[in-house]
Amino acid sequence: MTMQTGARPDVQPAGKPSPSGGRKPTDAGRLTPYLFMAPYLVLFITFIAIPAVYGIWISLHNYDYLLPGKPWVGLGNYVDLFTPGTSTSGPFWQSMEATGKFTLYSVPLLIVIPLLVALILNRKFPGQAFFRAVYFAPYVLGVAVIGILWRYILDPNVGLLNYYLGLLGIEQIPWITALPWAWVSLVGVTVWWTLGFNAVIYLAGLQDIDPALYDAAKVDGANRWQRFLNVTMPGLRPVLLFVVTVTILASANMFGQAYIITQGAPGEETTTAIMYIAETGLRQFNMGVAAAMSYVLALALLLISVVNFAVFRNRED
Amino acid sequence: MGRGRARGRVLTRQDFLLLSAGAGAGLALAGCGGSQSDLETAGSGGKSYNGPKVSLAFWNGFTGGDGPYMQKLVAEFSANEKNINVAMNTVDWTEYYQKVPAAVRAGKGPDLGIMHIDQLATNAARGVIIPLDDVANALKLKASDFAPIVWEAGIYNNHRYGIPLDMHPLGLYYNKGVMEKAGLDPEKPPQTKDDYMAALEQMKGKGIQGFWVSPLPFTGVLIWMSLIRQFGGDLYNDDATKATFNSDAGVDALSWMVDVVKQGYSPKNLAQDAEFTAFQNDKNAFMWNGIWNINPLGAVKGLEWGAAPLPQIGTEKAAWSNSHNFVIMNKPGQDPNKIQASKVFINWISKRSIEWAKAGQVPARKEVRDSQEFKSLTWQSEFAKEVPYIRFVPPVPGIADVELASFDQAVNEAVLLKKDPKTALDGATSRANQLLKENREKYQA
Repeated sequence: MTMQTGARPDVQPAGKPSPSGGRKPTDAGRLTPYLFMAPYLVLFITFIAIPAVYGIWISLHNYDYLLPGKPWVGLGNYVDLFTPGTSTSGPFWQSMEATGKFTLYSVPLLIVIPLLVALILNRKFPGQAFFRAVYFAPYVLGVAVIGILWRYILDPNVGLLNYYLGLLGIEQIPWITALPWAWVSLVGVTVWWTLGFNAVIYLAGLQDIDPALYDAAKVDGANRWQRFLNVTMPGLRPVLLFVVTVTILASANMFGQAYIITQGAPGEETTTAIMYIAETGLRQFNMGVAAAMSYVLALALLLISVVNFAVFRNRED
Repeated sequence: MGRGRARGRVLTRQDFLLLSAGAGAGLALAGCGGSQSDLETAGSGGKSYNGPKVSLAFWNGFTGGDGPYMQKLVAEFSANEKNINVAMNTVDWTEYYQKVPAAVRAGKGPDLGIMHIDQLATNAARGVIIPLDDVANALKLKASDFAPIVWEAGIYNNHRYGIPLDMHPLGLYYNKGVMEKAGLDPEKPPQTKDDYMAALEQMKGKGIQGFWVSPLPFTGVLIWMSLIRQFGGDLYNDDATKATFNSDAGVDALSWMVDVVKQGYSPKNLAQDAEFTAFQNDKNAFMWNGIWNINPLGAVKGLEWGAAPLPQIGTEKAAWSNSHNFVIMNKPGQDPNKIQASKVFINWISKRSIEWAKAGQVPARKEVRDSQEFKSLTWQSEFAKEVPYIRFVPPVPGIADVELASFDQAVNEAVLLKKDPKTALDGATSRANQLLKENREKYQA
């Protein structure tokens, strides 16, 4: 908070310098940061903190907000999730597996491809600004828009893609109705849709790297690959940590693409955890079970994030 | 109806299947009883309204081509009844079944609305809607005024919760252009299994895949739900405590669909609405789809088509159907004048449902179905032939989410040729039984 130490002396009435010469805030000044944070805190407490705690309470009940009886079941909902053969455990772990698969397939691509794009866009060439915009453009579209767009393109029987492949003599590929094609499609669409975001973050990171380091490396005789490994990569490490964490979380929260493009089919193969939780809680009104599932998912994501941070920290040592 | 739209409809369908999650303890709700006595004090009649000026909030999910028809009826009503103003609010059915319970719970719900027949028990059990026995009495409505099946399906726990507006069954759409190209008589859609199979075989000979079978709820599961009844089976036992759809009838019905795919009468791996798109583009000859597609298909320029009852593939005639019903929301302390006005509104629309039929519906009311005006609606009348044998799901709370989590999956996996019909249905049946049991516990708690 350099803000109050830097700015406060100016607002002090003349002739009444604070004892420390304006370096320490007065009592009223101590409130300033909290006042600035208040609007966010109010939203955070109302929409995140309270629901998060209340959700634990809900997850301990057989909960439907419209039914008079909301029987206490203790850890029953959690136990059911971990007991094979109950009505919730099968589909839930199937959906967790789907989420895991999607994350596993999409995250490496969403980390590597945007980096390559950023490296290219970081060079000076004619039309550079135009191409930066082009790569970012899909990201501004909503998931409903890209979902419906791709559903028509990928439709196995009447879609554009199979039509043109057919002209080339390639047999119909069930892009959205069979495995592994459904995953290929979902991952492909997601990479196309969101790579612009990661690319922009990388680009900002690249521009933060001191050009002097490259010059020094050149003087030392490093070739292009060595400069990438020894200057670019270390320089991008904090950005990389951010990108990896955010991309894992985003992929693990995938909902719209599968909901619109494959509708969770074939079978329940592409029904992701968030889809199943939403179905259970908001449509079947089994909110207790859904809340329990959310906490299991949140805990899993927390663990992954912790591992992720640990890995990056070790490298720094 | 929103589901009537050719596209984007599947979400809706799935949604209200899911929505039926609950049922059960409705009558125990204090608010429910309160409203009931309000209804009784609201006087009888329902033919006319003489009270002070009131405004009614009327919500529904008619987001498709059906919306304007209902809007027109509402406007006409408001113009006729000087003291009743009806404000119609339309949200997609998907959201509707989530929003209405929340709004009612918060005391901000509408005065009346529309619900599908497979949603009545669930919403009754959750205290979203109130019994309408005295509305029916006041309006002197009886089973003989309606199709018996749709009238009886509105009863849950010995109380009536819905006044039926329409029925919207599955029927056979045939593409005359494609039939002609294959050398079939385009004015004679096949109505028996033998004729149907012969037609498919003849088209196959000409390189036409004549009957596209979808693996998705819309329309694959609707086809199967019709067929299992045609083969003499049913989805559940009489009181819907046990799932019975892995019976021979269920397996035969699903095997027939799978054979259509295996024989090459249908392409494999259909995505949502592919059968509909293909039909519009003269690639598909026979489509089993809902009556609500009459107007969308009528709007396709140059498309020559007709509609007929479903062919009889099994041992008897049967067709899947759903139905829109008027419901009154649970509003403790509701103004009796509003309740009286609601009755007048329901009665008026019900009697004028010929206008609604034009939106692509079969009116529930017999006098309207028997009218000359309805008989002049060619395609609607074809669908109306199915009324004696249409089938609904049993009025049991939690029935629709059972469907989504059980046989929707089984039909999907079988038609995609990933599992054989028997294995798929066996797995789905045991899951359905588990869910039926859990629903009973949930709502009787």
